[in-house]
Amino acid sequence: MSVDLKTVKRVAHLARIALSEDEAERMMGELNGILGFVEQLSEVDVTGVEPMTSVTPMAMKKRQDVVTDGGKADDIVANAPETDRNFFLVPKVVE
Amino acid sequence: MSELTSLTIAEARAKLVAKEITAVELTDAYVQAIEAANDAINAYVTVTGDKAREMAKASDARIAEGKAGALEGIPLGIKDLFATRDVHTQACSGILNRFKPKYESTVTQNLWDDGAVMLGKLNMDEFAMGSSNETSHYGPVVNPWKASGSNQQLVPGGSSGGSAAAVAAHLCAGATATDTGGSIRQPAAFTGTVGIKPTYGRCSRWGVVAFASSLDQAGPIARDVRDAAILLRSMASTDAKDTTSVDIPVPNYEASLGQSLKGMRIGIPKEYRVDGMPDDVEKLWQQGVAWLKDAGAEIVDISLPHTKYALPAYYIVAPAEASSNLARYDGVRYGLRVDGKDIADMYEKTRASGFGTEVKRRIMIGTYVLSAGYYDAYYLQAQKVRTLIKRDFELAFNDVDAILTPATPSSAFAIGDEALAADPVAMYLNDIFTVTVNMAGLPGLSVPAGLDAKGLPLGLQLIGRPFEEGTLFKTAHVIEQAAGKFTPAKWW
Repeated sequence: MSVDLKTVKRVAHLARIALSEDEAERMMGELNGILGFVEQLSEVDVTGVEPMTSVTPMAMKKRQDVVTDGGKADDIVANAPETDRNFFLVPKVVE
Repeated sequence: MSELTSLTIAEARAKLVAKEITAVELTDAYVQAIEAANDAINAYVTVTGDKAREMAKASDARIAEGKAGALEGIPLGIKDLFATRDVHTQACSGILNRFKPKYESTVTQNLWDDGAVMLGKLNMDEFAMGSSNETSHYGPVVNPWKASGSNQQLVPGGSSGGSAAAVAAHLCAGATATDTGGSIRQPAAFTGTVGIKPTYGRCSRWGVVAFASSLDQAGPIARDVRDAAILLRSMASTDAKDTTSVDIPVPNYEASLGQSLKGMRIGIPKEYRVDGMPDDVEKLWQQGVAWLKDAGAEIVDISLPHTKYALPAYYIVAPAEASSNLARYDGVRYGLRVDGKDIADMYEKTRASGFGTEVKRRIMIGTYVLSAGYYDAYYLQAQKVRTLIKRDFELAFNDVDAILTPATPSSAFAIGDEALAADPVAMYLNDIFTVTVNMAGLPGLSVPAGLDAKGLPLGLQLIGRPFEEGTLFKTAHVIEQAAGKFTPAKWW
């Protein structure tokens, strides 16, 4: 499978990465190179093989559903580019 | 002061406890060495000299009280991927511009709890995506090694290039690193240092900036096998904050060193003999076989038939997981923000400006293979192939105790290599021998075994059963004793 320029632009939008025309062209070539490389996986017979979902066979760890941490609003917003009284500020999204 | 920085961790530990040297003296020697060398090597992106001195003073106080921890007063470098409270943590990416976390990763906390001293944060490929340390926002790291008679600057490997270069150039006693497809073992091999990627789940991933969560593992890079064993014991733990952290006690790895290899069975996988592999690499592999045979191990030919599919499967699984993990960098909660005409435009401009080319490429591949209509053909197929790769190892380990392979298909290459820059896939092939181990979640160790014809270090890789890191240390120690240790000639 290979991607065309339209698909590259669609994927870039899905990934929320702005691409110029030049970048999109270059990315198309590189992505097709990588997709060509991974193409060989289709020759492997995987009939009856389960996909790997857990690297180490172990039961999922669980804990009581209780509050164990908190009261750190100042810490949480400390690195944000724009804040106001412990809120993250973003451009207006509702008219 | 140069003699203080030439001490291994084991040697420094003995001298500190015997009060022959102080932690402050040792730390000052390293800070001076870094100041003198970092312009040339570019291993550190931040040096925390004041903090290091404070920590060293506290270590000296604890030593005086007879309360020394396992790493008391040992100065370490920390890969920029580990969150360190109030200290630069950017995964060497522009998108985490000025990020200073308010929390500490479990692995680094374990080190400080054992008395270690932080010298600063080490350079790396952006978000650990790279095999040459050239994708860093802070520029490439220069390998302390040069080919004989050449002045050309070489890469230290990646992604833990800063960690490997700092250890090789004696700019820290040891370093933390991480390995998603070979990022500990390949730079260790390129710099004549020892690196181990432990079994998946052995070191907590909490507070380690996520790249590909089912593959990422932290581990040490050190000057010799003993130091790597000492560091791993402190880094590893069971951690309630990481659901994939295992509930298995951490053994004393150092106690494995010096144990006999008699009766051990070492597998040699025929699939690791790849086309175009330099003679030097093949010769060294045979030399490794001979050393282990001399030490009493039995050599067994084995087959790992799905080896060639590990790298393509990795380049689906890792970018898929990365595209999801890196979705969080949106210019809202931390790091860089580039303003746009609306919120979507702000996201797109922020990510376009903050991420480097290789990171964008992998996010794009990951987004594509997970998108509607392609998931089964790519991601599901790759995860099934991953099951087969793991099964190959499980079958092999019914018959052998460890596997010996080359660590890399070549020695260190030049910074700015044009052929590699033009073809991402050619760069990816660097991880051909290491990536299988991440796909199967196994422990893998790279130990320096000799120099090639150019005078550059080459490493051998040992692969073990899950949680049998001790077997790898024991076997690597035998190779190290036969091969000797390798230090670059100082030019910086």
